[in-house]
Amino acid sequence: MTLEVEMFIKRNILYIRFNGELDQNNVEKIRKKVIDLIVKYNIRYLVFNFKNLNFMDSSGIGFIIGRYNYLKKINGSIILCSMNEQIKRIVMLSGLQKICTIKKDEDDVNAYLGVA
Amino acid sequence: MNKIIIDVMAKIENVTFARGALATFLIDFDLTISSMNEIKTIVSEAITNAIVHGYQNNKEKFVHLEYILENDLLTIIVKDEGVGIEDVNKAREPLFTTKLEEERAGLGFTIMEMFADEIDVISKIGVGTTVICRKKLSRNE
Repeated sequence: MTLEVEMFIKRNILYIRFNGELDQNNVEKIRKKVIDLIVKYNIRYLVFNFKNLNFMDSSGIGFIIGRYNYLKKINGSIILCSMNEQIKRIVMLSGLQKICTIKKDEDDVNAYLGVA
Repeated sequence: MNKIIIDVMAKIENVTFARGALATFLIDFDLTISSMNEIKTIVSEAITNAIVHGYQNNKEKFVHLEYILENDLLTIIVKDEGVGIEDVNKAREPLFTTKLEEERAGLGFTIMEMFADEIDVISKIGVGTTVICRKKLSRNE
């Protein structure tokens, strides 16, 4: 397994911490679980913590856009944090910064969302 | 000059293998992190395209890979014998995708073009697609 994910929920926020590589193979493994959690727990905000993500290609971007399209219908949003240079580059190149909020790290995200 | 040729089954987990094989192929090169990430991304995008689009996820087929290193120049060849691309120029446009419902971002070619120095795409309907990328690699100072 080249990706480990840690997911937890606070209020209506789903946090996903990635560890490893996010490509089509790994997207297919986590997509259903993420979608199910969003629906089951009425998630409005999705936080992607990329601190330990060392690779992402356009499959990862497609996955984020897919979640964005769902969350925007319910006035939710996506927050990305802790990106390294490579991840930042692919995020900027794909224009994700126009539809997601970008924060430095998870503490920053919590301050932004008013979570203790 | 060094060269490896690998045929991998069109299974999506082999994308991870192909990235790893490339990194191992270049292990003695002392590549910069940014160059390494760029070529890994190129390979990832090209093989994902071959599997998802070329072979429409038919896992019985094979994707043909070649990595060629001549001095500082890396050539990556990814070839499938899949459905082919009707209009290559259109496929190369940013955000063009035939599989929006499957959450394809339509950015594969765009990213490959940004990260490679040169890309050739040769495709014929019913015959398959070959992507050839060339990139001059940078060593650590």
